[in-house]
Amino acid sequence: MAMDSTDIQKAQIAAAEDEDDIRPPVTSVGVVGWIRANLFNGWFNSILTLVTLFVLGKTVPPFIKWVLVDSVWLTGGQACRDAAGACWSVISQNYRFILFGFYPYELHWRPLAAMLLLFALLFYSRNREHWKKPLFYAWIGGLVLMGVLMKGGIFGLESVESTQWGGLPLTLILSVFGLTAAYPLGVLLALGRQSRMPAVKALCVVYIEAIRGVPLISLLFMGSIIFPLFLPEGVTINKILRAQAAIILFTAAYIAEVVRGGLQGMSTGQYEAADALGLNYYLTMRLVILPQALKIVIPPTVSILISAFKDTSLVVIIALFDLLKTSQTVLSNPEWMGFSPEVYLFVALLYFLGCFSMANYSRKLEKELDKG
Amino acid sequence: MENTAEAIEKVPPWLNPKVRAVFYQIGVLCMVGLLAWYLISNTLHNLERQSIATGWGFLGKTASFEVGESLIAYSSADTYLRALFVGALNTIKVSFIGIVVTVILGTIIGIARLSTNWLLSRMAAIYIEVMQDIPVLLQLFFWYSMFYEIFPGPRQALNPFTGLFLCNRGVIFAVPEAHPAHNYMLLALGAAIVAVVLIRRWAAARQASTGQIFPMFRVGAAIIIGLPLATWFFFGAPTAMDMPVMKGFNFEGGMSLSPEFIALLLGLVLYTAAFVAEVVRAGVQSVSKGQTEAAMSIGLRPSRVLNLVILPQALRVIIPPLTSQMLNLTKNSSLAVAIGYPDFVSVANTTINQTGQSIEGVALIMLVYLIFSLSTSAFMNWYNKKARLVER
Repeated sequence: MAMDSTDIQKAQIAAAEDEDDIRPPVTSVGVVGWIRANLFNGWFNSILTLVTLFVLGKTVPPFIKWVLVDSVWLTGGQACRDAAGACWSVISQNYRFILFGFYPYELHWRPLAAMLLLFALLFYSRNREHWKKPLFYAWIGGLVLMGVLMKGGIFGLESVESTQWGGLPLTLILSVFGLTAAYPLGVLLALGRQSRMPAVKALCVVYIEAIRGVPLISLLFMGSIIFPLFLPEGVTINKILRAQAAIILFTAAYIAEVVRGGLQGMSTGQYEAADALGLNYYLTMRLVILPQALKIVIPPTVSILISAFKDTSLVVIIALFDLLKTSQTVLSNPEWMGFSPEVYLFVALLYFLGCFSMANYSRKLEKELDKG
Repeated sequence: MENTAEAIEKVPPWLNPKVRAVFYQIGVLCMVGLLAWYLISNTLHNLERQSIATGWGFLGKTASFEVGESLIAYSSADTYLRALFVGALNTIKVSFIGIVVTVILGTIIGIARLSTNWLLSRMAAIYIEVMQDIPVLLQLFFWYSMFYEIFPGPRQALNPFTGLFLCNRGVIFAVPEAHPAHNYMLLALGAAIVAVVLIRRWAAARQASTGQIFPMFRVGAAIIIGLPLATWFFFGAPTAMDMPVMKGFNFEGGMSLSPEFIALLLGLVLYTAAFVAEVVRAGVQSVSKGQTEAAMSIGLRPSRVLNLVILPQALRVIIPPLTSQMLNLTKNSSLAVAIGYPDFVSVANTTINQTGQSIEGVALIMLVYLIFSLSTSAFMNWYNKKARLVER
């Protein structure tokens, strides 16, 4: 018996030593296994993989060659025309005009500081643990400070007319201020649409549906050519403000629909509980319904911010010098004419970075809110 | 009971919610009315001061500007009304073609995103992310600049294969030469579609009563392709092509698409397809795996699983967001004004600049887009009702 048990032990030890030899075949694990399972499972997928690889092989190397290998970075326009690759010089020679437009050259630090302040605030607001009252005041203070930096006129800062604003700061101002102002309006419209008063409800429905049915460009036209007629004689509002008003009116309708989704997601129990506590309409909304409803709709609100950011590019059509218009102005300079792909790719990259980071953040937030 | 009734009666009217609601509403209406009156009176005063005439009389005047491309006969001697109509038709043309191509391309990309093939799925994901994050106007400018900067003039036009020319005047391609057979082929196609619809009804009724399955797809495809083809052979199979030929400084013959039209179409389609792909992906993923497994366990073939179980359920999720993407494409087609394609906004803009009738012009733009939006969403609501889950 004792012999038998040691035999078994020996056999077990031998088996353990042999484990190296009986690992799964290389074709089902590791790199090879992964390739087989994800790229070549079945003839159809194999063909797809090969076709995709072929297309990538035909397009990517020439593109990289154009972007990096043959490109020129720090020359004048004439040297660019002789180069075989991309002419990034058009960016490096004109980046300050593309970014800041007609803002006085020696004062460029001011829009730069305003933008950095905005980025810092955005970065700090990423963490949900920072979402408290002080952050709210910090935002208000920050927005005012940004306005002061751009406009000047006090604290010994030289005054800069808003007609000279342009480039990336203008794009950011139009989208950030647009969303900030449109948000309360959108919440009011959403509450109006949910209201039991027929006249209020009808007004809100008509406003929301009408705005969502027309393109932003028609509102921008309205802002640039009809708004001046609305004002009493002698009063004028500058063009940027009129475009900003059009963007606010437009964005508010979309925010209203998003907020309505959040309001509809509230159970009637919440309303009944608030009624049972004797809260009136205003307190019910402020203390019970809106805090919950607005929290649900944060991710779709971020997507509205993304569209607002992209949509500001439409102000090109009413000749405001936003990021897209300044880059087009560079392209109309005879020295840099014909380098549209480079300039547009650069601007697209800026927009992509902005939208992609916001979209990523929105996805992360959605996951966090899902958990609890 | 009586006590509560008395208590309600005792409530003074200014604390009664119903009475209050009436007053609130009157207040809101008064405020809106006052605002409107203020704006309108200012506007009328300003119009009078600047001596701008209002009214729709300008629509009947001679437009005296050319429109780049038109689906109907138009010359600068025609009225503004006709010019605007030409613009509206151009908007419809680019939106309709754009929507059809977008739905097809978006579906393909959405399915590629779901593919088990890692490489393909990654490529689709990158496409979706990149295209969604770049403003559509920038994309339009990019494609348009491709035409006038990269492509050569008509004399050195690129000619990748016979009958197709690419140059900075657009894309010119050969089309079959006019022949009466083509009209009859169109008629045959119409007849074939009607026949297929009728056969489909009959097949459904027969399947409901007897359980026999009719090979609808194969028969339908045979009729729709076969009937026009037979007509074509009946008329002697005309194959003559209308080839574009270089004459002087431009091409003659064939059919041409302007750079503006192609840039607009390309930009709108590539941008919106990314959103449609996401919609399709979400729709297909919304059908739980159990549905597929259940359908397979009762012995359905994979094609029937797709047709009878997955698609009907996925479409229900897909249709509402797809509708809003179609509307977005239609609204975004108004960006044509930036690259000079004569769509409705562009023609209306020219009209405003020439006549100074800015209020009427902007009102017309809004009205026309509202009509487009409302009719599209009415159609899609009707379709959505048909596709909706019928609960017992």
